[in-house]
Amino acid sequence: MAIFLDENSKIIVQGMTGSEGMKHTARMLKGGSNIVGGVNPRKAGETVEIDGKVLPVFGTVAEAMAATGANVSVIFVPPAFAKAAVVEAIDAEIGLAVVITEGIPVHDSASFWAYSCSKGNKTRIIGPNCPGIISPGKSNAGITPADITGPGPIGLVSKSGTLTYQMMFELRDIGMSTAIGIGGDPIIGTTHIDALAAFQADPETKAIVLIGEIGGDSEEKAAAYIKEHVTKPVVAYVAGFTAPEGKTMGHAGAIVSGSAGTAQAKKEAFEAAGVKVGKTPSETAALMREVYAAL
Amino acid sequence: MDLFEYQARDLFEKYEIPVLAGIVADTPEEVEAAAAKIGGTVVVKAQVKAGGRGKAGGVKVAHSPAEAREVSEKIFGLDIKGHIVKRVMVAQGASIDKEYYFSVLLDRSNRTFLALCSVEGGMEIEQLAEERPEALAKVPVDAVKGIDLAMATSIAKQGGFDDATAAKVAPVIVKLYEVFVKEDATLVEVNPLVETKDGKILALDGKVTFDDNAEFRHERAEMERDVLDPLEAKAKAWDLNYVKLDGEVGIIGNGAGLVMSTLDVVAYAGERHGGVRPANFLDIGGGASAEVMANGLDVILGDAQVKSVFVNVFGGITACDAVANGIVGALEKLGASASKPLVVRLDGNNVAEGRRILAERNHPLVTVVETMDEAADKAAELANR
Repeated sequence: MAIFLDENSKIIVQGMTGSEGMKHTARMLKGGSNIVGGVNPRKAGETVEIDGKVLPVFGTVAEAMAATGANVSVIFVPPAFAKAAVVEAIDAEIGLAVVITEGIPVHDSASFWAYSCSKGNKTRIIGPNCPGIISPGKSNAGITPADITGPGPIGLVSKSGTLTYQMMFELRDIGMSTAIGIGGDPIIGTTHIDALAAFQADPETKAIVLIGEIGGDSEEKAAAYIKEHVTKPVVAYVAGFTAPEGKTMGHAGAIVSGSAGTAQAKKEAFEAAGVKVGKTPSETAALMREVYAAL
Repeated sequence: MDLFEYQARDLFEKYEIPVLAGIVADTPEEVEAAAAKIGGTVVVKAQVKAGGRGKAGGVKVAHSPAEAREVSEKIFGLDIKGHIVKRVMVAQGASIDKEYYFSVLLDRSNRTFLALCSVEGGMEIEQLAEERPEALAKVPVDAVKGIDLAMATSIAKQGGFDDATAAKVAPVIVKLYEVFVKEDATLVEVNPLVETKDGKILALDGKVTFDDNAEFRHERAEMERDVLDPLEAKAKAWDLNYVKLDGEVGIIGNGAGLVMSTLDVVAYAGERHGGVRPANFLDIGGGASAEVMANGLDVILGDAQVKSVFVNVFGGITACDAVANGIVGALEKLGASASKPLVVRLDGNNVAEGRRILAERNHPLVTVVETMDEAADKAAELANR
């Protein structure tokens, strides 16, 4: 099972012929992902050979889907062109678009999100500014190292890339169904709640780790959602207790303004919903290990 | 990036939004000249990015150029919530009849834009939202459809404007939204938006925030920016993502989330070691090279407050051997100026090779610790010695 991405996922890469695209296409292939082609309107009809595998390059996402049956696109297109790439994926109605690109202007993200909504959200968008999604042993769409952990019963959803890796590493003895990095930008496609709902419905996932950080109210909403709808055990971690007000901590979305978006508020929201919150990533993993042992 | 009031005024003028004449001045002499040029009653306003300027004595009315000069002498050098006034704007006076409020901003929670509008302006918007929430209209704006004249009229009416005033305010709202979109702003606020005694609408004070991610499509190199802390300026020149804080443990890590988490873990560890705190946020990013690590260390070791440094890396794309080489190279390059202990925790991609490189070099300042929590504890302990 796993969520959003599995062994039947056929992946195309928008921006495959760029340096980041090439590097990570090679890594995804090496990790066992089924990559079936790439998209670049200026190189349509050409092929690219990566580690012995010949991949066709298509002019559009729609053509790539028609020719290969692709149902996932991973987007490495640079910030200035990322909005057009996402809109193209939405127009082609591909099932999943994973937007890795960092540094997309928020007006562009707001615009493609509004466009997606107007089209009925037929394409699930993950990101932007995220490591992507991995269902260990099945498929990997993005830049997450494929060898940190193997398959297992834990679902992970995180705003941060390296904290995703850290948590996969901490829990590598148990393994994961799917790990999703939803990204640290102010406007993102897939939210904590979307992932929680999917993990709740996924029979392979037995317990969930949620990683949040300062800024916005995604964690507070997730806490309320867990209380109402999630029966599987959830353990949470929140980063940014020491972040001062008004300073952006790396992620465009990681900023505390006024009393809103503080780590303390998020921790309290989780605890009020009965979710255990670890003080450090390791302590969070230890809490999950306890929860898992009791299942 | 947040604009100064005068920058917002100039921007509004460029978009043909009605504003009063305003001239910036950096000395009392310049203030006098600006007041003479504008003529009549002027207002001298401190240019600092802090609320409550009026209460702090940073906004004063003057009826002649000489008086403007005189009041400005009291404004220059004022400390307003930690901001020292170095520049003022001399603005034309106006006879205000009514004060209104309008803003448009990024509504992160609903993943869209939001217009806020009220016929009751003048006070801080947080205060209005708290005391008279029913007087503040909150209208979602579709990022694709935007705000046209009909939508602007509707926003004004929801904000409590009568039909005649709404008709006057709506075209200004359309233009403010144009600023919001074309300038890639995340906030455009006018408070107060005023109606003068002769019935004109004016944007009297503006706050604008630009999206840093959109800098690549705007020409803003010449704009006045906040004066950075010297270490922040040095880091910025190297394109490092650095924020100076007030503690003793220097932090370097990869990935914004992991670095934020590292600061927290160090602060917890500090509770056991004399209350030491993280000295900074520094994210060297994905795929960081030896050079980036060296630059990062250089910045952090330049912070006189720093007593120890914690390098915390989980190698995803970043290879731990590159990080280790970066540390070794940086220590060689810095030589005797590197005099503070380093605690290093490496995991992930190529960790064995990374640890081997550090073990082989066996630098007296470097301690390698296996887990993040233990490493934070060690770094805090060393900072407390």
